[in-house]
Amino acid sequence: MNTDVMPEEVHDAMTFEKPILEAENVTIRYVDQPAVRDVSLSIAANKITAIIGPSGCGKSTLLRAFNRMNDFIPEANMSGHILYLGEDLYSKNTDPVEVRRRIGMVFQKPNPFPKSISRNVSWGPSINGYAGESSERVEKSLRKAALWDEVKDRLNDSATGLSGGQQQRLCIARALAMEPEIILMDEPCSALDPVSTSRIEDLMLELKEHYTIVIVTHNMQQAARVSDYTAFLENGNLIEYGETDQVFTRPAQKRTEEYVTGRFG
Amino acid sequence: MISGNLEKRHKIARAFRVLCATVTWASIAVLAVLLAHVSFEGFRWLDLGFLTSFPSRFPEQAGIKSALMGTLWLISFTALFSVPVGVAAAIYLEEYAEDSRVSRFIEVNIANLAGVPSIVYGILGLVIFVRFFALGRSVVAGSLTMSLLILPVIIITAREAIRAVPGSIRQAAFALGTTRWQVVRAHVLPSALPGIMTGVILALSRAIGETAPLVMIGALTYVAFVPEGPMDAFTALPIQIFNWASRPQQEFHQLAAAAIVVLLTVMLLMNAIAVIIRHRTERTR
Amino acid sequence: MGQGPSHSGAADSLLKKRKFRLKEEAIKTILFLCAILSVVTTISIIVVLGKETFPFFQDVPILDFLFGTEWTPLLVPRSFGVLPLVSGTLLIVVGAALIAIPIGLASGIYLAEYASDRVRSVVKPILEILVGIPTVVYGYFAISFVTPLLRVVFPSTNIFNAASASIVVSIMVLPMVASLCDDAIRAVPSSLRQGAYALGATSFEVTTRVVVPASLSGVVASFVLAISRAIGETMAVTLAAGATPNMTLNPLESIQTMTAYIVQVSLGDTPAGSVEYQTIFAVATLLFVITLSMNVIAHRVLRRFREVYE
Repeated sequence: MNTDVMPEEVHDAMTFEKPILEAENVTIRYVDQPAVRDVSLSIAANKITAIIGPSGCGKSTLLRAFNRMNDFIPEANMSGHILYLGEDLYSKNTDPVEVRRRIGMVFQKPNPFPKSISRNVSWGPSINGYAGESSERVEKSLRKAALWDEVKDRLNDSATGLSGGQQQRLCIARALAMEPEIILMDEPCSALDPVSTSRIEDLMLELKEHYTIVIVTHNMQQAARVSDYTAFLENGNLIEYGETDQVFTRPAQKRTEEYVTGRFG
Repeated sequence: MISGNLEKRHKIARAFRVLCATVTWASIAVLAVLLAHVSFEGFRWLDLGFLTSFPSRFPEQAGIKSALMGTLWLISFTALFSVPVGVAAAIYLEEYAEDSRVSRFIEVNIANLAGVPSIVYGILGLVIFVRFFALGRSVVAGSLTMSLLILPVIIITAREAIRAVPGSIRQAAFALGTTRWQVVRAHVLPSALPGIMTGVILALSRAIGETAPLVMIGALTYVAFVPEGPMDAFTALPIQIFNWASRPQQEFHQLAAAAIVVLLTVMLLMNAIAVIIRHRTERTR
Repeated sequence: MGQGPSHSGAADSLLKKRKFRLKEEAIKTILFLCAILSVVTTISIIVVLGKETFPFFQDVPILDFLFGTEWTPLLVPRSFGVLPLVSGTLLIVVGAALIAIPIGLASGIYLAEYASDRVRSVVKPILEILVGIPTVVYGYFAISFVTPLLRVVFPSTNIFNAASASIVVSIMVLPMVASLCDDAIRAVPSSLRQGAYALGATSFEVTTRVVVPASLSGVVASFVLAISRAIGETMAVTLAAGATPNMTLNPLESIQTMTAYIVQVSLGDTPAGSVEYQTIFAVATLLFVITLSMNVIAHRVLRRFREVYE
C-alpha cells in the first residue's frame, strides 16, 4: 500500500487535557476495501477541528463514525474505539440513538424535512420528549443559526421554499435545537454560493463558544479560515494533525505540504 | 459509398411505422366498440329501480341492490385487512429488514404470489376461511380471501412509494437522535402516503372486479338481502354479472350489461381518484 | 444536557445504557409478522392443495392423470385423464398469444419509438385502466358480442367455443403486453439508437435490429407473464368456452379449461372428501405449478435484463 508513509513518524499525537472525542486505531472497511486505516486522534472541546484531504480519502467516513451514522451502511465495518468523554461510542451498552442526540450532524446537501420551518426545528426536541415551550426553542435555535430575522414572519411556510444557504442554516438550527455537545459538519458549504458560505463560516465561529465542531471540507481556505486544529487524511491514513496555523504554514509532512500548497488533490 | 437501396428501405420504415400505429389504434378502437356495445345494451335497464331492487326471476323487476351493497361491504373489509398489513410489510422490507437473504426470499415470494391465478386464492379461501376457521360464506371470509389476493400488489406499490422517499430525509432525522419508528412515522410515511394511496386504490379497484375467488368460496347463491354485519352472507357485483351472463335469455344478458356499466363506472371513478392523487403530488414536488 | 463545556459528570453513563426499547421492538416484530404473512400464504397454498391432491393420487395413478385423454370425473364410468383440460387451456392460450403478442409488441414499439409524448401520456393511462377491467366483463363481451359475430362468419360455430374465449383473452392481456413492451423498449439507452442511426440505418432497421433485440428480455418477460395470465384466466373462459372436456384443435368447438372445470365443480354440490372434490385440488395443483414456473421464468428473464442496463 502506501509504503512511503510510515504511520509512526506521521502521528505526532495532539493530546488535550479533556478531549471530547477520541478515536483509537479506527479502521473502517467497506466490504474489504478500507476507507479509514488505523486512525487515532483526539478532538478538543469547544474548538473547531477540520478534517481535510482529497476526495475519497475517507474523511466523511471518519466523521460519520463519530455519531454512528455508518450504522446505516450495512457494508461498513469498523474496528478500533471511539470515546466520547471517555465512554465507548461502540460498546454493546451504548444506545446509538442517544449518541446522535448528543452529537448532531449537518450534511453536505441541505436536507430540510418537507415540513414547515418551525416544525423542522421543533421535531427533534418534541420527539425526544422535550416538554418546554416549543416556539421558544424554535426561536432560540433559529437565532443561534442566524436565520431568525429572515424567517420569523413565515415560520409556517414550507422549508423547501428557502434558498440553499437558508436551508443549510435551518439544518444547523435543527441540529442546535437538540442542544448537542458536538456538531459534525460534512462539507456543509459545498452546495452553497460564496455569500452563503461566508455566513455559515461566521456562524461556526460564533457557535464554538458553546459547541464543539468537527468539519469535513475539501476547501483548504475554509479550513484555514475557521478551524483551530486540522487533520490531513490521505488514502484513509491520518498523515498529519496539528494546530491549523502550523499545518498550513509549517507542515511536518511532505505530503501535507504538497496538498496544502495545491500541488495535488 | 454504399448506396444500400435507400428508397426501398425508407418505404419499409414508413410502412412499419404506419403498421404499428394502425395496430395500436385499431386495438383501442376494438375496446371502444366493446365498451360502447355494453353501454348501449345496458343503458335501457339502468335506472334508480335497477340500483335499488333485489335480483329477481323477472328481468324487469331485477336489480343490483344486494350486489352493490355486498361489494361495498366486501371492499371496505378488504381495505381494512389488506391496507395495514400490506403497508406494514412494505415498511418492514424497505426500512427494517437487515438480513438481505431473508428479505430477498420474501421479495421473490411476493413476486411469485402476484402471479398466482385468482382461482387458486379462491380455493385457499374456501378451505382456510370458510371451512377451517368456520367463517362460512360471509363477508369476512370473502374479504380475507380478497385481501390475500391483493396483498402482493399493495406491498409492491407501497415499497416503490417508500423507496422514492429521499435517503437524506432519513439521515437528517436519524442524526437528531431518533429511533427508526419515529423516523418512519414522522417522515417516511407522510412523504410516501400519496404513492401508497394510489397503489391501494388501484389494488382495491382490482378486488372489486375479481370474480373467481368469490365463486370458489360460494358467494354465488341467491341473495336477496343486504348484509347487516361482517358475518352475513353476501353477493357482489361481479358475481351478479356472472350469474346473469350465464343465463341463456337475452334480457338477463342486458341486465348483466347494465351491471357491468355500474361496475366499470365505480372502477373508473377509483382510477380517476388515483390519477388525481398522483398528479397532485407530482406537481407539488 | 446543557450547553457549554460542563463535562464534569462525564464518568457516569452519559450514553444511557441501551435499554430494551420495548415499543420499538414490538413495532418491528409486528411489521416483520406482516411481511412474513406472504410466506405463510405461499405455504398455505401448498398445504391446502397438497392435502387433497395426495389422497387423490392414491386413488388415481399420477400417470393416468397426467397422460389420460378422457376427463369424465363426474360421470360413470369415471376417467381422470387431465389432458382434455390441458389441451382446452392450451387452445385458448395459443390463440390468445397468437393475437396478443404481435399486436402487443407492435403497440409497445409504437408507444416507445413513434408516438409523441402527448399521445403517450394519453394512451398509457388508458392501458393501465384497461388492464384493470374485470375478467367477467370480458366473458360478457365474448358471449354477447364475439360469439354472435363468429356465428355470422362461421355458421358451424358452437354457442360455446374456444375461439371466442381466445379472442377476448387476447384483448384482455393485450394492454399488459403493450405496456410492458413499451417500458422495456424505453429502457434501452438512447445512445444505442443514436449509434445505429449514425451508421445510416432507417428507423425500421434501428427498431427491429437494435432496439427490440436489446430489450428482448423485457419483451419476452411480458409475453411469458401474459401467457401465464391467460392460463390462469377463469371467468371469460367459463362463460364463453363451455364445459365440454374435449381434445380438439378446432377452435369453433366447445371445450373446457382447467380453471373452468374448477368453477364448474365448485358451483355444484360436491361433498368434501369425495373424489370429485379432490379433482379440483389436483387440477388446481397442476395450474399452480404451471403458472408458478412461468412466473419464475419471467422473473429470471427480467432480472437478466436489469443486470444489463443498471
